[in-house]
Amino acid sequence: MVLRCPAKHPKTRRNEHALNERDMLLSDSDLLALWLSFRLAGTVTLVLLLLGTPIAWWLARTRGWWKGPIGAVVALPLVLPPSVLGFYLLVAMGPNGPIGRLTQTLGLGLLPFTFWGLVAASVFYSLPFMVQPLQTAFEAIGDRPLEVAATLRASPIDAFFTVAVPLALPGFLTASILTFTHTVGEFGVVLMIGGNLAGITRVASVQIYDHVEALEYTQAHRLAAVMLIFSFLVLLAVYAWRPNPKKGT
Amino acid sequence: MKGIFLVLCCLWLAESAAQAEKVTIAAAADLKFAMDELVSDFKNANPGAQVDVVYGSSGNFFGQIRQGAPYDLFFSADIMYPQQLVTAGLAASEAKPYAYGRIVLWSSNMDASRMTLESLTDPKITRIAIANPQHAPYGKRAQEALQAAGLWDKIQPKLVYGENIAQTAQFAESGNAQVGIIALSLAVNPELASKGGYWLIPEKLHHPLEQAYIITKRAENNALARRFADFMDSKPARTVMIKYGFALPGEASEDKTQ
Repeated sequence: MVLRCPAKHPKTRRNEHALNERDMLLSDSDLLALWLSFRLAGTVTLVLLLLGTPIAWWLARTRGWWKGPIGAVVALPLVLPPSVLGFYLLVAMGPNGPIGRLTQTLGLGLLPFTFWGLVAASVFYSLPFMVQPLQTAFEAIGDRPLEVAATLRASPIDAFFTVAVPLALPGFLTASILTFTHTVGEFGVVLMIGGNLAGITRVASVQIYDHVEALEYTQAHRLAAVMLIFSFLVLLAVYAWRPNPKKGT
Repeated sequence: MKGIFLVLCCLWLAESAAQAEKVTIAAAADLKFAMDELVSDFKNANPGAQVDVVYGSSGNFFGQIRQGAPYDLFFSADIMYPQQLVTAGLAASEAKPYAYGRIVLWSSNMDASRMTLESLTDPKITRIAIANPQHAPYGKRAQEALQAAGLWDKIQPKLVYGENIAQTAQFAESGNAQVGIIALSLAVNPELASKGGYWLIPEKLHHPLEQAYIITKRAENNALARRFADFMDSKPARTVMIKYGFALPGEASEDKTQ
């Protein structure tokens, strides 16, 4: 017997909040949310370039026993539900948590409901998107170029910046773009520790959620379309732009 | 691969055959503790009945039901949503009021029972959690009360917004916000009551939080859904609701401010 899917209702009612083509502009609060998303993503990408590069380098070069566990920890955010990360961060960054106590002692106050709280959360959340492409790029270089650099009396630091970084440049680009877009796409963690503050923690993904909950489907459509087009274009750039494989081999 | 598919099919068939008597309830987050108790009482009286409850924000459920979400009963924190579903022909009952909600000041690390709304201007209080007034009924009432007290402009910079009233309570419970404006029904729950006191915000500062439920269109022929609705009207169910700080329709509302 063949089971047939129930056919879609032929007269699926057009959404009452259908897009009004004459009025396609985003509201000020939508723009603020978008700008905040990009500012957050940019900050996180910079922080992760500084933090993720040494981790990726170490993971690519080490043959030690620690490579497995550290690699697994770095990859955790790929599989962990955002609610797990959000919950731990909320508790840890709260007034009775270890991070909360530390930030209060340092006179920084509490991190939840602040921009820097989101940055800290996103650094965890996007860590694998920076480290893994970089690690792959570093591994692809192999030992030989660095050995050659060493015979030319380049110090390891020198060799890293003059040999490894230029060779891994495409990896840096991919890693940065993925980190940036993944942070723009963050939602669950922000919802749990953000507190929905305009210009501070209400990023575009949360703004869309709020629009939907408030039944403002028109605004939700517009902002969602912006996010969709942005994400597609960025990924298109990543996939279309590949260094010529014949070159340099 | 085929085997796995067959097993899944069998599981699915077995599952659907077993669920002869089943009801799924969408309940506003302020009902969290009261509804848990009501459902457990109902199950004791109706052995074999399967009752699933989903908690969330009323506005969210409203949107979901309009898109065909599989809920049989919808307990909203604001009568406006069920009424609109009735108008849209998505209900199999009228919008039936079941309770009036109240809002309170609550804190996990300060004695909120000695506070008033004025206390929120204290510079020591830097974070106050309310539910998002854009779509959460309790958040709207919190905003109204702060506006009626003439404090909204002063307090707004300190506000953080919970997605629903349960998350708002959680922001205050974890101490990330020193004070929260939350539902009385959550503040009287033992979990929160053991941690801090509450101050009842005077009723006259905000519109009444008239709460209502409907049986949805899809549950028109669901006998269990009807039985649960009848159960809400029963004496034991009303006792539970009163215990959780709800004023009930048809009963004199007493302002038990301390």
